Amino acid sequence: VFPWFGLDIGGTLVKLVYFEPKDITAEEEEEEVENLKSIRKYLTSNVAYGSTGIRDVHLELRDLTLCGRKGNLHFIRFPTHDMPAFIHMGSQKHFSSLHTTLCATGGGAYKFEQDFRTMGDLQLCKLDELDCLVKGVLYIDSVGFNGHSECYYFENPTDAERCRKLPFNLENPYPLLLVNIGSGVSILAVYSKDNYKRVTGTSLGGGTFFGLCCLLTGCSTFEEALEMASHGDSTKVDKLVRDIYGGDYERFGLPGWAVASSFGNMMSKEKREAVSKEDLAKATLITITNNIGSIARMCALNENINRVVFVGNFLRINTISMRLLAYALDYWSKGQLKALFLEHEGYFGAVGALLELLGSA
Amino acid sequence: GGSLTKLAYYSTVQHKVARVRSFDHSGKDIENEPLYEISVQEEITARLHFIKFENTYIETCLDFIKDHLVNTETKVIKATGGGAYKFKDLIEKKLGLKVDKEDVMTCLIKGCNFVLRNIPHEVFAYQKDSDTEFRFQTNHPNIFPYLLVNIGSGVSIVKVETEDKFEWIGGSSIGGGTFWGLGALLTKTKKFDELLQLASKGQHTNVDMLVKDVYGGAYQTLGLSGNLIASSFGKSTTADKEFSKEDMAKSLLHMISNDIGQLACLYAKLHNLDKIYFGGFFIRGHPVTMRTITYSINFFSKGEVQALFLRHEGYLGAIGAFLKGAEQDNPNQYSWGENYAGSSGLMSTSPDIYPMQRTRSGTFDMLEMDRLERPLVNLPLLKDPSTYIPDTVDLTDDAMARKYWLTCFEEALDGVAKRAAASQPDSVDALERAEKFRQKYWNKLQTLRQQPFAYGTLTVRSLLDTREHCLNEFNFPDPYSKVKQKENGIALKCFQSVIESLDSLGWEERQFALVKGLLAGNVFDWGAKAVSDVLESEPQFGFEEAKSKLQERPWLEDSYSQWLERLKEGPPHKCALIFADNSGIDIILGVFPFVRELLSRGTEVILACNSGPALNDVTYSESLIVTERIAAMDPVIQSALREEKLLLVQTGSSSPCLDLSRLDQGLAALVRERQTDLVIIEGMGRAIHTNYYAALKCESLKLAVIKNSWLADRLGGKIFSVIFKYEVPCK
Repeated sequence: VFPWFGLDIGGTLVKLVYFEPKDITAEEEEEEVENLKSIRKYLTSNVAYGSTGIRDVHLELRDLTLCGRKGNLHFIRFPTHDMPAFIHMGSQKHFSSLHTTLCATGGGAYKFEQDFRTMGDLQLCKLDELDCLVKGVLYIDSVGFNGHSECYYFENPTDAERCRKLPFNLENPYPLLLVNIGSGVSILAVYSKDNYKRVTGTSLGGGTFFGLCCLLTGCSTFEEALEMASHGDSTKVDKLVRDIYGGDYERFGLPGWAVASSFGNMMSKEKREAVSKEDLAKATLITITNNIGSIARMCALNENINRVVFVGNFLRINTISMRLLAYALDYWSKGQLKALFLEHEGYFGAVGALLELLGSA
Repeated sequence: GGSLTKLAYYSTVQHKVARVRSFDHSGKDIENEPLYEISVQEEITARLHFIKFENTYIETCLDFIKDHLVNTETKVIKATGGGAYKFKDLIEKKLGLKVDKEDVMTCLIKGCNFVLRNIPHEVFAYQKDSDTEFRFQTNHPNIFPYLLVNIGSGVSIVKVETEDKFEWIGGSSIGGGTFWGLGALLTKTKKFDELLQLASKGQHTNVDMLVKDVYGGAYQTLGLSGNLIASSFGKSTTADKEFSKEDMAKSLLHMISNDIGQLACLYAKLHNLDKIYFGGFFIRGHPVTMRTITYSINFFSKGEVQALFLRHEGYLGAIGAFLKGAEQDNPNQYSWGENYAGSSGLMSTSPDIYPMQRTRSGTFDMLEMDRLERPLVNLPLLKDPSTYIPDTVDLTDDAMARKYWLTCFEEALDGVAKRAAASQPDSVDALERAEKFRQKYWNKLQTLRQQPFAYGTLTVRSLLDTREHCLNEFNFPDPYSKVKQKENGIALKCFQSVIESLDSLGWEERQFALVKGLLAGNVFDWGAKAVSDVLESEPQFGFEEAKSKLQERPWLEDSYSQWLERLKEGPPHKCALIFADNSGIDIILGVFPFVRELLSRGTEVILACNSGPALNDVTYSESLIVTERIAAMDPVIQSALREEKLLLVQTGSSSPCLDLSRLDQGLAALVRERQTDLVIIEGMGRAIHTNYYAALKCESLKLAVIKNSWLADRLGGKIFSVIFKYEVPCK
């Protein structure tokens, strides 16, 4: 029964995937209730919803076959704090009358369950977020990205001149380390389709970058924070190895350019007065990214896995972090570890939720 | 360092020691002469000093060094740390010495190895919600391998495998500098200490996104703790809300501590290590950071790894630099002991728990280590050196016992001071020094009342040792020398009649009489107030009177029947090691007849006495004279000495208690060589306050008379109750 939705309600963002059937027969068209039709039209004919909802058109998967039906998969996101408005809209559009199941994952599936029931007269089907994440990643990678590779990596990551993005064939994906960077970070070791474990996590994630940027620069959106960062110089904020030792610290094999102390220069009043908001945003981004890289690298070593796949909305439009992760993993592992990325960054949990819906149907 | 200078220097200390020497008795009136001659001599020993002060005093310090620099051979001064660069010119100009800069991390690790090896109770774990803030660890015989996580402006993680082999295995740029720098930006608070203060007052839940913020109220069903931080600063992702300085500082502290703890655990796991020592300015004496780091390590390692801290963490670099410069006379080839009299203890970190803590400058601090003339090692017969704990009661844990013993030592102090002054009747300043001693020890006791953890685990032994160190500090090397001399003389006169009466008994009766004699001898303990009062007031109180004081069998702890059975049925022991206690009646009329019986059975005897004086305990040099005199009277002892079946050794200790993990290496070698299969430990200090629970690889006898009614009561008996503990290790 349509509509087919998958919902992932995270700490910061809600990710929604919607399957738009393109093989609707005339008979079906006839039978399609008005509510359902209006939802389909609303979602597919707009790219923005309300003031904060956005459809990532560039990510749309076309001509997908799901459960014997052909159609397009749409990727929509909006901030978690607008969840009440979303539920309200659902209730106005009489979503509950469609007698469909709404599959949701992420912490918000629990947090908003009550609101869905009371405000929207909807019973949520709550799903484990890590199950959904793993399912979603494996599925999307297997269907590809409209004929292109979903997975990519950076060639020559340690050489700024020659570094470029190239497709990566993840045909035989196991084992892999899956690093999901949302507000916080979860790290999973995936050994097969149904065999994975959560290795660890860190609270220093996308939420930390954005939260600190808001406090340090007064910015108000993630995009704004990233934009500032792209114009900043973190070496004014961070204390580098060369700032302490005058060059490389040979005793420990540390290169002079490595960061010795994040925000270390900010211990000095003069230097605090000499930095720009852009510099601070950049330093925050570098600090969080390097730290994630470092923890991911240690987990990969401990788990004896050499492919690390980074996903999550922290990486959206965030080339600085992706290239830095690729660089750091390659450099500190002496080429032993490879950083991989996926085009659909933060949507895998929602895709997994959709797959659960269809699997159970 | 950035704000503090840590100076390590080596000095020779001249102090008085008591020496004993046999008279040449030929043609003299032996009856009325004292047994031997006591003289006080000057001795020069080596001491390492470590002082810590604010950088503003560096010029004063350099003047001090200039005035006291005695070794004119010295052409260089070793320096490490950031300040080594900053003050190089000043140091070179003032002292006319070349500054030799040493690698920071190499020094840190050298220093760390040194304190781990030489300072008992150097290491502690931090416990927040416990009566005992610091949980001290016993020194493991093998300190390697370990992980040192140094949290300065950044974080360095170093794996140390041997004295000279260490490796930087990783690090993190998120460290003390991040807390300080980012904290200053967020809160406009400039000083590190103030930031920590802010943090200790804040609520991180106002700034951090917790699991329960993401999951709502339903997190319980997932087996997750709702209070876990899902995203640090995850609630500050808005431009239009104000956050308090305290809350942001707290959130930042949690973020950094958790991150460091997580990385440390990942490195520990990868390298298969379970000991992590934390140091650096981020940690140094700050309860807040010790607490958050401990929490983080527990969380991420699921309790498998322990976060450990060091009492003298601030000195590691200076100690290491010193050791680098002292290669000719390498301090690592000696054993060292902390001089409690000259060291400031650890400060309490939580004023809430110890509001009465005596204020002291947090920036001036000192540590003194005395070089011991001979290396100290484990007794080879210890069952498990890594778990051996000498002390029976931990007074940091046991508040009631602590109160009692502190009071007990306070009450005895006037008497000790009086005795000290009286021991040097010819000295003009003896009274004045005795008063200084009294004041110093009184102050130490008051410090320990408020900060029981100041010098590691507080024990009866550490209280006794501190008193000895304070006495030495004021040149009272042996207040009981005259008492011991007199009592040895008197006891020697009774030796032959005691032997005759023992020899007249049947075998079984004699065995009991020997044990009873040993116990009665042990009553003569000037360290026990109940006894010293009697001895002061009843000069005629003797061996027979002591016997009558003893508890009748069954004793409080009584395995005499098993011991007797063993003697009756088993083969003679190969070799017995005896740790003697008091001089006078104890050693001469108690121990020696017992030794004589063992020798007659064909058991060799190693008699171990203290190297230096403590109370009226018999010292090694006194034991030599006493034995010589007994040998002159007794053919059994004489031939045993000649045939080297009776051997006298020194313990390496000057304590009334006994630490079997720090014994003279000559003693240990002899114990091994003679295949010692019986250890006899005598006296309250050695067999009850320490070693009561010590497990050995061979048979052992622990015997003592309890000369303190509080302790007797605690053990379920009365004063003069007897402990006779015969133990056979399980096969």
